[in-house]
Amino acid sequence: MHIPDGFLNVATVAATCAVSAGGIGGAVKMVGRKLGEKQVPLMGILAAFIFAAQMLNFPVAGGTSGHVIGAALAAILLGPWAAVLIMSCVLIAQSLIFQDGGLLALGANIFNMGIVASFSAYYIYRLVTWLAGANRRGTLIGGFAAAWGSVFLASIFCAIELALSGSSPFGVVLPAMAGVHALIGIGEGLITGAVLGLVLATRADLLQLQRI
Amino acid sequence: MKSKWWLIALVICLAVACLAPLASSSPDGLERVAEDKGFIGLGQDSPYQVITDYVFPGIENEALATILAGIVGTLILFGAAYGLAWLLKTRKRRTA
Repeated sequence: MHIPDGFLNVATVAATCAVSAGGIGGAVKMVGRKLGEKQVPLMGILAAFIFAAQMLNFPVAGGTSGHVIGAALAAILLGPWAAVLIMSCVLIAQSLIFQDGGLLALGANIFNMGIVASFSAYYIYRLVTWLAGANRRGTLIGGFAAAWGSVFLASIFCAIELALSGSSPFGVVLPAMAGVHALIGIGEGLITGAVLGLVLATRADLLQLQRI
Repeated sequence: MKSKWWLIALVICLAVACLAPLASSSPDGLERVAEDKGFIGLGQDSPYQVITDYVFPGIENEALATILAGIVGTLILFGAAYGLAWLLKTRKRRTA
């Protein structure tokens, strides 16, 4: 879902850059205040894992592929502010070094896949684990739902930005983006669930850390 | 050994990066929508290239070039996020 340069107009670029800059500022402050000793290497591991996992495009229907965003996994393990910081690292590196996602579109990409995906995933996970219980089953169901919801909502914000920029009419781009990402979200949900299952089996203590 | 759990995790991340040549090369969700709805042409290429499209430059074998790009990126991101987290934590301790 990395937006290249050219898809967004100046106003959308400016607005998303401003919001994302503010979001990163908030994330730096919150992470600096609350990050625990154990969470320092976890920040590095999650950024590394999300970068590697994003390279693995999996096929979805009709000659289309998708890849995980990873914000849900980061938000569940570390909390939404830390996830925003991790996603920003990944997206900035992808844009600057790998030419994946435009330079001017970086603000929009950080907003969609960083801020929207992280916070939506975190609150969906909290809601589901509150309803289903904070046991293994609740964690896996919550992880799936959070991951799916984060992809779906990120794609809706992406569609809104494209429509506001005049790239494609709202009534065309919104259902198209939401439809294909409803499928990609299933992949995100399954992968997030699998990784959470692995963490539960090997380092369940990581799920007990304070969320940032 | 337990304190170095992240070394094992980093090896897993690098192993994941080595699977990258198996990834689907079909357009992703946004690219597909942009093609179908006729606005893919608006996209502009980057003004410069480093490791464009996750293919390490100057290597003939594309699978190898992709794996190398993946390993480089995975290590850069581990270092960047670890370093940033460490910096933020250290700065907090000094000012506290």
